[in-house]
Amino acid sequence: MADLRSDFVGIRSPNPFWLASAPPTDKEVNVRRAFAAGWGGVVWKTLGLDPHIVNVNGPRYGAIWGADRRLLGLNNIELITDRPLDVNLREIKAVKRDWPDRAMVVSLMVPCDEESWRSILPLVEETGADGVELNFGCPHGMSERGMGSAVGQVPEYIEMVARWCKAATRMPVIVKLTPNITDIRQPAGAAKAGGADAVSLINTVSSITSVNLDNFSPEPSIDGKGSHGGYCGPAVKPIALNMVAEIARDPATRGLPISGIGGVTTWRDAAEFMALGSGTVQVCTAAMTYGFRIVEELVAGLATWMDEKGHADLDDFRGRAVPNITDWQYLNLNYVAKARIDQSLCIHCGRCYAACEDTSHQAIAMKPGRVFEVKDDECVACNLCVNVCPVEDCISMVELAPGEIDARTGKVVSPDYANWTSHPNNPAAKAAE
Amino acid sequence: MAPSPQTPGIVAGRLTEDALRENFADIAPPLTAHEALVAADRCYFCYDAPCTEACPTSIDVPLFIRQIQSGQPEASARTILSQNILGGMCARVCPTETLCEEACVREAAEGKPVEIGRLQRFATDAAMGRAQPFRRAAPTGRRIAVVGAGPAGLACAHRLALLGNEVTLFDARPKPGGLNEFGIAAYKSVDNFAQAEVDWLLDVGGITLRCGERLGETVSLETLRAGHDAVFLGIGLSGVRALGLTPAGARIRPAVEFIAEVRQADDLGGVPVGRRVVVIGGGMTAIDAGVQAKKLGADEVTIAYRRGREKMSASSYEQELAATEGVRILTDSVPVGVKLNGTGSLVEFARPDGETFTLHADEVLTAIGQTLGATPEALALSGGKIAVTGAGRTSLPGVWAGGDCAEGGDDLTVTAVAEGRDAALDIHASFGDAGLSGS
Repeated sequence: MADLRSDFVGIRSPNPFWLASAPPTDKEVNVRRAFAAGWGGVVWKTLGLDPHIVNVNGPRYGAIWGADRRLLGLNNIELITDRPLDVNLREIKAVKRDWPDRAMVVSLMVPCDEESWRSILPLVEETGADGVELNFGCPHGMSERGMGSAVGQVPEYIEMVARWCKAATRMPVIVKLTPNITDIRQPAGAAKAGGADAVSLINTVSSITSVNLDNFSPEPSIDGKGSHGGYCGPAVKPIALNMVAEIARDPATRGLPISGIGGVTTWRDAAEFMALGSGTVQVCTAAMTYGFRIVEELVAGLATWMDEKGHADLDDFRGRAVPNITDWQYLNLNYVAKARIDQSLCIHCGRCYAACEDTSHQAIAMKPGRVFEVKDDECVACNLCVNVCPVEDCISMVELAPGEIDARTGKVVSPDYANWTSHPNNPAAKAAE
Repeated sequence: MAPSPQTPGIVAGRLTEDALRENFADIAPPLTAHEALVAADRCYFCYDAPCTEACPTSIDVPLFIRQIQSGQPEASARTILSQNILGGMCARVCPTETLCEEACVREAAEGKPVEIGRLQRFATDAAMGRAQPFRRAAPTGRRIAVVGAGPAGLACAHRLALLGNEVTLFDARPKPGGLNEFGIAAYKSVDNFAQAEVDWLLDVGGITLRCGERLGETVSLETLRAGHDAVFLGIGLSGVRALGLTPAGARIRPAVEFIAEVRQADDLGGVPVGRRVVVIGGGMTAIDAGVQAKKLGADEVTIAYRRGREKMSASSYEQELAATEGVRILTDSVPVGVKLNGTGSLVEFARPDGETFTLHADEVLTAIGQTLGATPEALALSGGKIAVTGAGRTSLPGVWAGGDCAEGGDDLTVTAVAEGRDAALDIHASFGDAGLSGS
């Protein structure tokens, strides 16, 4: 049986599944239920200085759904904890005392001055918590007050605050990053430069989920007005995966421990984040949608897959996909594929034809009897037909073997690797030799 | 003692009011808004969609389903109704399992097609509660007589009116609707839907309805031709084939009569039905009659068909419905004799191997086909129906025909609608530009 135990910058947990700092981790009662359900750790919902903040008294969440109300994306305008600091600290201490084997990380967000940070850290340390996570991520509300993503969008601030914190506590310091920037490597590098032990990402994406077309209020609507919120859930996972990968493969940040966050819903999502270098994953929307019991599937699913693949522990596969992330310019231009339609699986809907004919390369022929065939002399292997086909594996991209002729270009497929850097059309190409 | 299913003879009130209400409730209740969204999500929006191809009225099925997905059932209904003004009734009575849903690629893929019929009903129900979405073109000054206010005549009249013509719509019965009103099982069209649909359709304007006018009796084709720019005949099949075995006194009657009686009854508890009912035939009419006899409380209902099951024109869905309701279907059973037996009859059948057997029947319902009634002599016939070419042109200039009375096409509501609509377009086109300008 695979060993799921995790040691993330010295923070141990029986499995790598942590609940992210968010409503599920705001109170003792929730966190106790989470640990009882099997979660490996929590990042306690962000603490701030007293007087505690207040939340709106109307809707805090908006969502988008699939046809059967499957929640695909969630948006929130909730702020950090709206309970007094001492209440949270007391509860953190009590829970950690009763669940010593679980990771207890505390999220923090205080004004961007050294004294504020220096003063709160000892209070957290006193609870017995395992680490802190600096919330430089929330894009809504607190950012208007110079906190959250307002800090996370300025690498110099990240570095400065990380350095203050490292100097003021023995606890591991994790910096939580906002995706609402142009280049995630800059804030990650700043966190590293400031001495942070790890980064966690992504926080939520600035968003408006929808507009009410009767009263023209954005959703969620508070008395007819709306404010952008933070978007999360399955819809943001691809954005998060890319940002994790960027940090994992950048020479400046390579090896910086990452706690992956963003739409983790099943064990598979978690495994993907970990394959891109995440040591732990943090979950929120899935728990808020389905409740804490999903951790049973996450744990069992990850272990089952690891056993199938022969991965004894998390280190066995962590980061395994990182070397395969590269720049476009290094992709092999001599790799040639063609779409192949398995006629025995085709249900003759014609979506591949409409997509290719209307919007791509006119490379699928519609023949009598609704038979769809790929025109090799037009097919550029773009994969759109595969993506729109409703039948799994009906259309696949088949690699042409070296020596075969690409009917589109008339050229023989070369066995050699060749990329854009040496392509004759590249004005900046260097001679191959 | 109140009658029960086992009470001998032909009596009314075999079941309680509650049981009858339940038995004759909507057989396919409408989808809720959420169910419709989920059902609509299954549509793949096929290219050159096979379902549209399979629809006799060529409804743009993927488009109307997409309009349901995007939350606009009324717009969806407009897509449907622009091709098929009786899309509401067709959603209820079309044998979708042999038309659009059979063609659905998901039927091929997983044996579970998109529920096109139910989605069509969802959309058209949304439109029925609202004003007619179509507006008439400028008046042409043309006057057309449409004879028969069934599906073909209604579709023809509506399209002609839409194009700016004035239509007089005649029907022999006391109320319009044709087979939609008189010939469909009650549980397929509850809450007086057929009349509501006709009222909604006539709302377009330009159509004057004259009921109780029978061609060849109160109105003649010659008069209609003389007084109108064109005539459309959608007179259906008013005759029924007889069994030819009927001894005097035997309770044998056409199934269509029984179906009409059930449909028109204000109180189903007052409709008499035999304890043992034998229905002879293998089409939709036989199923509608047999199932309704059972639902009225008949103890034993048998549908006997002379050929094999694969030849039955009733769809497999209809056959399953009969089986579920407890109606027995006998195939390869040719009726060869009827004898009186007390108050009922003994019906003798022969099997292909020559073996014979006998069924007791308090009541025999025949559903062995309908025939064209009396038609004006001047009209050429073909195969027992009014001969037509193109979009319903008969042998007489200025006279068109469509629906069950005309040759060609299946005898389905949806086919009748298509023929009526297309004849209207052809009639209108025949007027030329002069007609369009109203001169």
